[in-house]
Amino acid sequence: MWNLFQIELYKISRRPRTYISFAAITAIIVIFQFAFKADGESYMNLLLQNVQDNFTLDKGKAINGYFMCYIILNTLLIQVPILIALIAGDAISGEANMGTLRLLLTKPISRTQIILVKFAASFVYTIALLIWMAVMALFVSLAIFGVDDMLIFRVKGEESQILQITQDDIMWRYFAAFAYAAVALTVIAALAMVLSVFAENSIGPIIATVCIVIVCTVVSNINVPIIDDNVKPWLFTSYLVGWKGFFYINSTEDGVPIKGSLENWPAIRNSLLILVAHIFILLGIAITAFRKKDILS
Amino acid sequence: MSVIVSVQQLFKEFDGVKAVNDLSFTVNEGDVYGFLGQNGAGKSTTIRMLLTLVKPGSGSIKIFDKELAANRSEILRQTGAIIERPDMYKYLSAYDNLSVFARLSGIKVSRKLLMDQLEKVDLAQRYNSKVKTFSQGMKQRLGIAIALVHDPKLIILDEPTNGLDPQGIADMRKLIINLSKEQGKTVIVSSHLLSEIEVMANRMIVIDKGKKIAEGAVSEMLDPSSTIVQLETTNNEKALNLLHQSQWNAFVEPSAGLIKFRMNKNEIPSLAAWLIQNDIGIIALQPKHSLEEYFLSLTNPENHVEPVSN
Repeated sequence: MWNLFQIELYKISRRPRTYISFAAITAIIVIFQFAFKADGESYMNLLLQNVQDNFTLDKGKAINGYFMCYIILNTLLIQVPILIALIAGDAISGEANMGTLRLLLTKPISRTQIILVKFAASFVYTIALLIWMAVMALFVSLAIFGVDDMLIFRVKGEESQILQITQDDIMWRYFAAFAYAAVALTVIAALAMVLSVFAENSIGPIIATVCIVIVCTVVSNINVPIIDDNVKPWLFTSYLVGWKGFFYINSTEDGVPIKGSLENWPAIRNSLLILVAHIFILLGIAITAFRKKDILS
Repeated sequence: MSVIVSVQQLFKEFDGVKAVNDLSFTVNEGDVYGFLGQNGAGKSTTIRMLLTLVKPGSGSIKIFDKELAANRSEILRQTGAIIERPDMYKYLSAYDNLSVFARLSGIKVSRKLLMDQLEKVDLAQRYNSKVKTFSQGMKQRLGIAIALVHDPKLIILDEPTNGLDPQGIADMRKLIINLSKEQGKTVIVSSHLLSEIEVMANRMIVIDKGKKIAEGAVSEMLDPSSTIVQLETTNNEKALNLLHQSQWNAFVEPSAGLIKFRMNKNEIPSLAAWLIQNDIGIIALQPKHSLEEYFLSLTNPENHVEPVSN
């Protein structure tokens, strides 16, 4: 199994398309950083237009490395599923398309092993992509924009909020957020893997994964009670942005942020459990379908 | 001689169409076993069932005297295969492809082993070239290296000469015969070309619409005494008139255009000599039968002809 896993990683590492995602992420982050370095104040003015009458803020200090990373993740983590689908959607269907699947399956390896190893390799790829994002969005931003307390702008119900997190209370939140994002994106990888089992070329599962994510995200954002109660709790997309929960900090009655606190840890934990359940269910479907599949390609 | 492959009452259906229908056959140790049938006859489906790529609807497959379904890994460890095209990872080199599939076969891989294998198929000079730069023949040779790298006892080749040039076809035939005769391997080779099976195999099965229509020793099945021979001359009308008045008239078959005989293949030189003697200019004189004719001869013994196809 370990041998098989190493081979799978080797194959992924040798494919040029693997690096498209890294290049895309780098390009997007660099553009963000350049734009904020050049004209970050305009963005802050826009962000603060509802609250600036009763709130004074040193905008220069607010745009720091931590804040930049938050803004970048907020934008990028919606697009990353497409990049994950690029690799996971190709896992089985790409082999079928190349004709290597039939050769692979004539080797003394079980089909379950193949799915597990390909899933594990997709997971490693997801982690690598997130680490790269962390390096570019967090550490490079810290180097460019410096370190300071972090402000989070949030709309909760009808009211706009600004949460302040002191700089010594931020880094662990990022690690937790990236770990959460890894789980959320692994659901995408598992979904793409399931679709990959049924296809004979990579384009179909990649596009289908992206379409499912888009449709479910749209449904997750429809604010109608019947959907809120009956549909949203079952959609994985309702939990994809749950990483933000690590930045929602509790405050005292006087409005003083409580260091190390989380506003709603049970909600984060439940979201994580639901995402993990999605992974197991999707993986189970992929294994069952692949074991039954006749290889005719 | 022990039985290596034993297939009993194999069935497979796709969307209500019977691809393989009550198929039974055995392959003995050291056989080059020809799997013959027209396109769509069920050859590939059967071969894919032997390699666990397709699940049988019903029936039993035993390889090395073990049930395939229950002993899949153990059996596949001793089996090498090429299924139709030899597809590999195009973005990897020949060496890397061989290394990947050798490791997947469960053997300990060394550089020497891999290079030796590439040397055998004449690809050692190109070991570092990416497969996407290879010709079809080179890919086929690499496919052979992959199929043989783990020294399997049973080799299954599905249409191995597809897409090869004449030299490639000749090399492949030589290799298959060599695998059996010199290395004692058991080979199952499928083809839709009778001439190929005739040259390579010692035993064969003929299938049509998923059903076995004949099985046995090639030498017994391909009867040379009833060969269709086709003649083309500079003046067919004159030639036919002369033939009707000669001892060859008994062998002339009714045919529009070209002149056809049903005769023993060994008599062809005598016929040629007689034609020359009678001043008939020969353009072509050759045994000429299609697979279709051979199938007809199997289903209707009165039409029995010797199979030679192009």
